[in-house]
Amino acid sequence: MKVFGYRLPGMSSLLLWALLWEIVGQMELTFFLPPLSAIFVTLMEIGTTKVFIKALQETGHAFFVGTFFAIVIGVPVGIMMGKNRLIDEILLPWVNMFLSAPLTALVPVLMVLFGFGLKSIIITTTLFAIWIIVLNSRAGVLQINRSLVEMALSFGASPKDAFFKIYFWAALPEILGGVRIGFIRAVKGVIIGQLLISVVGFGALFELYSSNFLMKHFWAVLIVLFTISFIIAECLAWLERRVSYYAAQR
Amino acid sequence: MNNISTDVDNAVTVRNVCKNYDNVEALRDLSLEFPRGQLTSILGPSGCGKTTLLKIIAGLLKPTSGEILVNNKPVTGPGPDRAFVFQDFALLPWATVLRNVAFGLELRGVAKSEREAIAEKYIKDVGLTDFEHSYPHELSGGMRQRVGLARALSVDAQVLLMDEPFSAVDEQTRRKFQEDLLDLVKNENKTFLFVTHSIEEAVYVSDQIAILLPRPSRVSEIIRPSGFREKEALNIRRDPEYLDIVDRIWASLRTYVE
Repeated sequence: MKVFGYRLPGMSSLLLWALLWEIVGQMELTFFLPPLSAIFVTLMEIGTTKVFIKALQETGHAFFVGTFFAIVIGVPVGIMMGKNRLIDEILLPWVNMFLSAPLTALVPVLMVLFGFGLKSIIITTTLFAIWIIVLNSRAGVLQINRSLVEMALSFGASPKDAFFKIYFWAALPEILGGVRIGFIRAVKGVIIGQLLISVVGFGALFELYSSNFLMKHFWAVLIVLFTISFIIAECLAWLERRVSYYAAQR
Repeated sequence: MNNISTDVDNAVTVRNVCKNYDNVEALRDLSLEFPRGQLTSILGPSGCGKTTLLKIIAGLLKPTSGEILVNNKPVTGPGPDRAFVFQDFALLPWATVLRNVAFGLELRGVAKSEREAIAEKYIKDVGLTDFEHSYPHELSGGMRQRVGLARALSVDAQVLLMDEPFSAVDEQTRRKFQEDLLDLVKNENKTFLFVTHSIEEAVYVSDQIAILLPRPSRVSEIIRPSGFREKEALNIRRDPEYLDIVDRIWASLRTYVE
């Protein structure tokens, strides 16, 4: 965007909002919104404590294991659905249902099934991320140019070759898009899991700070979380742009 | 050339092939022979089942009834004796020219260094030296089809199936391709099956032209130009026989073109 002939760098609007936040915070209108500067001071204080580092590790661990399974299961399932009409007919209603289902309501059921530990948190994370990954991989396969598949078959491709050398690569732009959105949803999933199942990691910190009305601490943790998921999403968006050159002509 | 046979040696034989899609009859009782070492065009108006026939011969589609023989063996699916050149090139957009040309060999399990050496040779043959590491989107339409052609040549199949290979390139490139194709037929000892909707192109490049008519699809006529095949490429287009055949084919096709 250009203002008075100057080209503004990306995300300049964040600065404006940060300024507004600081002003409102300094006016002490509500305890809910402390000044942004005070939040960053708090962040520096708690950021190096053992409790914070441990929480970060716990959340990171559950998050990455959960998204790992979401990708490893979701991408092949989505590709199979795009390739095979029968599999698609059988699975599509379920995928659509879970995509829009209030998964949080399912968490107590998961706790009964898988216990109160890390396992349930990981499964919650996976459940938040996987459906959009499945649907995007499927959409990627559905728009593959038919003659690429025929080309591979005519040169004697085995089903395995076709899967790894044609379908996966041809659907990659959509797959990466799905993984990006899946990661963002997984952030939600892991925090909900850590709030509801066993109060550990960032979930425990949110619980602790909000129940004690420590709003500076609360916002500090939220900003860390936002920054991490923003960086992950931007990295994936960068990867997506790297393959987008062939998205238009498959 | 020392096997003496009374019959013409056919690389591909199509026998009584029918193909139905649900209730639509795409091909009805179609028989056709493709002599070895020659180029046969399959020419007809759109919707006459040219591409369907070619894909059945490639083993990509199954005929409803009838059979295809390649080197006297029935076709049950795609095989290393045939290679396909696609109308829309069908190149991997995420792979370089080198990998695209070597892709047929890659699928056949040829080792990397070996297949790249073979690919390099054919990239040179089709005139794409220095473009080995370019990607398809960096090439013009004509260059892309050269990649598709090099890929089909590098697997060294005896039969080349070409599905309107020049229809997506510009007119001047197309003429160059047609001249190159004549050299290819002369120099490579392969059988070419060439689907086209251009009458001039079919007459220009073919040893034999099979004219297909639609509704239901059948071979209406087989024409074998005799007089100008040995002439210089540049003189073919003003040869009286060439002009006669073009006129004759148009006369029989025009009623089917709406």
